Amino acid sequence: MTVTLFIPCFIDALYPRVGISMVRLLEQLGHRVECPDDIACCGQPAFNSGCWPEARAVAEPVLTGLRNSEVVVVASGSCGAMLKKFYPDLFAGTDRFTEAGVLSGKVWEFSDFLVRGLGVTDVGAKFAAKVTFHDGCHGLRELGIKSSPRKLLERVQSLELIEMADNETCCGFGGTFSAKYPMISTAMGEVKCASAQATGADYIVSNDSSCLMHLQGLLTVRQQPIKTIHLAEILASR
Amino acid sequence: MTAAHQFLEQARKVTRDLRHRGLIQTALRKYEVKRDEKKRAFPDWESARQAAAEVKWDAINHLDTYLEDFVARLESRGTRVHWASTAAEARDAILGVVRERKAKAIIKSKAMTAEEIHLNDALEKEGYAVVESDLGEYIVQLRHEPPYHIVFPAMHLTRDEISDLFHRELGSAQTREPEELTMIARRVMRQKYITADVGITGANFAVAETGMISITENEGNARLTAALPKTMITLLGIEKVIPALEDLALFLPMLATAGAGQTLTGYNTMYSGPRQAGEADGPEEWHVVLLDNRRTELLADPEQRDALHCIRCGACLNVCPIFKNVGGHTYGTAYSGPIGSVITPHLRGLKDWKHLSGASSLCGACTEACPVKIDLHHHLLQNRRNAVVEDAPILERLAYQLFAMVVNHPTLWQFAKELGRTFQPLHRWVLRSKLDPARAWTATRDIPPMAEMSFKEWWRTRR
Repeated sequence: MTVTLFIPCFIDALYPRVGISMVRLLEQLGHRVECPDDIACCGQPAFNSGCWPEARAVAEPVLTGLRNSEVVVVASGSCGAMLKKFYPDLFAGTDRFTEAGVLSGKVWEFSDFLVRGLGVTDVGAKFAAKVTFHDGCHGLRELGIKSSPRKLLERVQSLELIEMADNETCCGFGGTFSAKYPMISTAMGEVKCASAQATGADYIVSNDSSCLMHLQGLLTVRQQPIKTIHLAEILASR
Repeated sequence: MTAAHQFLEQARKVTRDLRHRGLIQTALRKYEVKRDEKKRAFPDWESARQAAAEVKWDAINHLDTYLEDFVARLESRGTRVHWASTAAEARDAILGVVRERKAKAIIKSKAMTAEEIHLNDALEKEGYAVVESDLGEYIVQLRHEPPYHIVFPAMHLTRDEISDLFHRELGSAQTREPEELTMIARRVMRQKYITADVGITGANFAVAETGMISITENEGNARLTAALPKTMITLLGIEKVIPALEDLALFLPMLATAGAGQTLTGYNTMYSGPRQAGEADGPEEWHVVLLDNRRTELLADPEQRDALHCIRCGACLNVCPIFKNVGGHTYGTAYSGPIGSVITPHLRGLKDWKHLSGASSLCGACTEACPVKIDLHHHLLQNRRNAVVEDAPILERLAYQLFAMVVNHPTLWQFAKELGRTFQPLHRWVLRSKLDPARAWTATRDIPPMAEMSFKEWWRTRR
């Protein structure tokens, strides 16, 4: 099938390897991938800040651009939740509400698309490391994704998955929250990093690069050895 | 100083306090273990939540008739009911009774509604001595501070701190034993029950069908507060109503499980009136004060009306990573944690309290924990939206308009990324200094480098 891959702004600018890994994996599974050039962001920063008209200004081209897509796979649980869960709220009472609902029905988060959408758990990956998985809250609670990324990790050769304590606790990123309330965000991140480190893992893996940006930022400043990596990059490793 | 500034200042202080962090997180981890154990005693916790949400939905959406039923039945047995639209009216109603009885001593059991209307301050200002009879509440009262948590008022204190406090305030010997500490407070308390003329309680539920209030507690102090003084006063919010007596069969274990990880609280008592003819005990008169204090405004908001379902169990506080890191006092409100952040803007004004809705990562742990399924974290989003509509942050909106323009035009977006790449090396000259525009982020976190080749650039090379 033809898969429309939605690459969020920060993955485009900061973590292109995450998107590239996804393209390669989907193509390897025999699908045609398209990435519309004129879509760059889901509008979540404005939405979460309460600026809904500004969020709609970003979201409207997304609705238009994805109108003819068969399925839309989003390279982040958080942005996926924005398209799937929050667009209907954002466009409630406007003439694009129905369109938002139609789009919502076609949207998948990447790991969930592989497992529940395509029925694939073994992508032939090999990654020799001990890892612990961090659930981004939007993927976990807005989209209800918990088992899919784990099923994928379980099938990666030479990889050992160790669950951390309190693995459903937020890492403290929270989008603009991280800059508006940095002291709270940092404290939450410190708690999360400590839980991850206690597992003795080499990597914190997540299906959300935004959480990882925050955690890696804290780890680098504190010169801690544990590293962060997106799930797609592991799945693309051979 | 505004409430928002106070919040930030306090948050800055408490989040750095590693001792506080350890204390609260350890305590709440123990709670989670107990709660999960008790949840398993329900045949199906999710169905129980759904049922509870539906009962509260019915109660709140028919509040007018249920309240009238409740009051008619209370009055039929001689209870005096006072309707209070505002906090001031509720205080006046209570002060009126206290004055009329020429009370010398007042004993009080735990009631967050009393915190909401600052009842103790009002009574003390008029010269009445009030003693809190709940152990945790008594401890924070001796410290002259508000309760730290809706259910666990003194959870931020260690037994050593409590021992020091009792030693200082009551002259007791130092001890580390919780039982001995409890006995010290109990000895003081027993005398207070006997001498008090008026007992003030809160309520956990108000049963419309039978005109009863239900109080749940673990220490028996509310029973004594209600039973020994000649006059009993009960203060409760109008949202406490449930339709039928049998609803308690669900709500009592649910409140105990979600609130404290208990199957049932130690004491569950129902009150239906003052001492009736031929009865040997109970208060001679009972006054029930029903408080609105802008709850009806929340009722008029169809989007957030379900916030009135709240049974004040504190489950959302217990799982909230914000609460666990900033602590209960930082909020500066009677109701802290997620439910406080949702309802305080409704009860006390969005303009002054919108920061509480901003201070959330919107992780949704609260919504997942809420036994009556209040859509807590989405209400925080709605509060943020309403705050922008009410009082637009011009610069922030402008920034988002500019951002929209950039991301909506591929050439501008490409240009922005190139600009970022060009100027990022210069960033290290100001990194973490006062001139750093990204200081809120970089003060504690490294900033990731812009990619040499963005995803979209890579994608274009493939075509």
